[in-house]
Amino acid sequence: MRCQKASPSRKEETGKSSKDPSMTTAQKGVAVVAARMIPVYIMGREYEVPEGLTIMKAMEYAGFQFIRGCGCRGGICGGCGTVYRKPGDYRIYVGLACQNVVEPNMVLTQMPFYPANRASYDFEKIRPIPEEIFKLYPELFRCLGCNACTKVCPMEIQVMDVVSALKQGNITEAAILSFSCIQCGLCVSRCMGELPQYHIFQLARRIYGGKIAPRAKHLDDMVKKVSEGKYEKGLRELMKIDGEELKKLYQKREIEPIMAEENWKPADTRYL
Amino acid sequence: MIIDVLPRREINSAKKIEEVSGQNLSLCYQCGLCAGGCPAGFAMDLLPNQVLHLAQLGMWERITGSKTAWLCASCFVCTVRCPRGVDIAKLMEAVRCITLRQNINYVEPSKIAAETLAELPQVALVSSFRKHTA
Amino acid sequence: MDLSYYPGCTLKTKARNLADSTVASMAALGVNLVELPRWNCCGAVYGLTEDNLLHQLAPVRNLIRVREQGYSRVVTICSQCYHVLKRANRLMRTDPEKRKTVNSFMDEGVDYRGEVEVVHLLEVLRDDIGWKNLAQAVKIPLRGLKVAPYYGCTLLRPREIALDSPEMPTILDDLLHALGATPVYFPASTRCCGSFQVVADPDFTARCSREILDSALLSGAEALALSCPLCSFNLGSSQKELSQLHSDIRVVPVLYFTQLLAISLGLIPEVCRFELNDDESRLILQSKGILGEVPVETGKQG
Repeated sequence: MRCQKASPSRKEETGKSSKDPSMTTAQKGVAVVAARMIPVYIMGREYEVPEGLTIMKAMEYAGFQFIRGCGCRGGICGGCGTVYRKPGDYRIYVGLACQNVVEPNMVLTQMPFYPANRASYDFEKIRPIPEEIFKLYPELFRCLGCNACTKVCPMEIQVMDVVSALKQGNITEAAILSFSCIQCGLCVSRCMGELPQYHIFQLARRIYGGKIAPRAKHLDDMVKKVSEGKYEKGLRELMKIDGEELKKLYQKREIEPIMAEENWKPADTRYL
Repeated sequence: MIIDVLPRREINSAKKIEEVSGQNLSLCYQCGLCAGGCPAGFAMDLLPNQVLHLAQLGMWERITGSKTAWLCASCFVCTVRCPRGVDIAKLMEAVRCITLRQNINYVEPSKIAAETLAELPQVALVSSFRKHTA
Repeated sequence: MDLSYYPGCTLKTKARNLADSTVASMAALGVNLVELPRWNCCGAVYGLTEDNLLHQLAPVRNLIRVREQGYSRVVTICSQCYHVLKRANRLMRTDPEKRKTVNSFMDEGVDYRGEVEVVHLLEVLRDDIGWKNLAQAVKIPLRGLKVAPYYGCTLLRPREIALDSPEMPTILDDLLHALGATPVYFPASTRCCGSFQVVADPDFTARCSREILDSALLSGAEALALSCPLCSFNLGSSQKELSQLHSDIRVVPVLYFTQLLAISLGLIPEVCRFELNDDESRLILQSKGILGEVPVETGKQG
């Protein structure tokens, strides 16, 4: 495996230090282990990128700089929804640029935003019944059941089933099925009925979480303890301690073992 | 000067209507049984048989300017009663499609009152949006 | 006997009086209605254009689910659902071009050819149970109750999917007869209630519904029995406003035939969820001694 470094004198070439934030990854002269270079087509134009990179890193390698359509880089913010096709294949493929790895000859584009109608509502006034959703999003009933939304979801949510559950008035089912939704908007872009799926689903999850799901009793108990001032004494003592002493206390702290028994207790039980 | 290189394949042509509806317009001999059985006839400006006659004559503006196809409730009495087997319900659907396929809604979902949306059964909204929205 | 059961969206919320009375009365007759898993909305109306198959996807997908469930028949009760499912099924059976297009589009991995049979609950009652057996199972005959059987459109038209004669049907009359009630023929029994026009033009559907109700009243009916939540809504809402404006208007109680079935089989009134009907429905049954005092629940939402 030949180790191929990019030109050592990047600074001479660009006049910038490698710590300069305006340098792209490629310019920084990061040592590139001899990955095979493959062609990808970004918005119709061919670029040679090292295989094994994610789409996002490959685009940055090619010189693109993300100021939109990039967020957590961890597959959860929904900013980098990407649509692509492969040669000789009519199908549409989707992924997240920060997660999916480049494939040779893929033809891709990004969908950082797709307009979706968002109803405004006062959540306090919303009752936990399906009619509240019907009132705010009547386009829900324009769903044709074509399933285009499901096919295009990068989180593999059964999007059509969620819409179906809502039409049947089942908010709980809709909330559970749409749990992984990252609001990337790809479903909205393909919807023939012009539904704003992720906005509707978010309303369903809000109603479920805030007004339908049973409240956690242990949470209520804890809140009661806190508001009764059970932890006041301990907290006030901590607040009096100075920085160095605090650091020592933190480093000496007892940590619950990962596989602790149900009834594990720390040695110091003063503050329990 | 505009040169028509390609033949026009507009939806408001007899051929296209026959394609979309799957019906042979020339079968109708104006017996009027469809109009007689139509429960919406009392509200229509053009009766179903008149729409069919106008379609035979290619007079599309008069058809699309009329409320008839929009009042049709797809009850299929006309289809069942036509002695020549013309499926007039399908023809009415094709007439509605002339407008809907231009991305023009007859019913506007965003303009329906909230109380109405809460009151109507889902079956009403789904069927209305399928028949009356683009 | 187990049967695959397709309820439809409205039966899960606003028409729980239809859903609950259906499931309970069929159970009492030895038929276990097994709800279809992962069903989606049928679309409520059948796509009538030759060149656009989008409207066929929703009903066909449900039929594929019935096959996945392992049943060869699916029973439905909402007239609209029956019509759509049956016609879409027929399309898949009779048109090889369209069948191929729909199957390949849907990516369900199956080649659906219309193997499933779509039936309406009335057919199950007539063919699987039979009127004689049904009459024997009746515990509280609906004596003296003059009921107008309202068929509407979508169960009987067009001919290729009709569950009875489009012009002179008798299946609902026969059911009412088996339950001990007096079916009352009226000329508007197969007339359209206005259907989906209620969204675009409720005055229009009010007028259509009024003609049906007046015809029933003139023929001597004390109540109307039907099978469709859309008809029930149109007929019911047309009466509500009118009776508020004119106190002398006689309100015709509108009931689902499955509610009458459940009561006649001696089931508890709670399965009929009368709170979702108009007030007169309960009253007419009470006045005939068919129903005792039922606690009045307020509020329409369950």
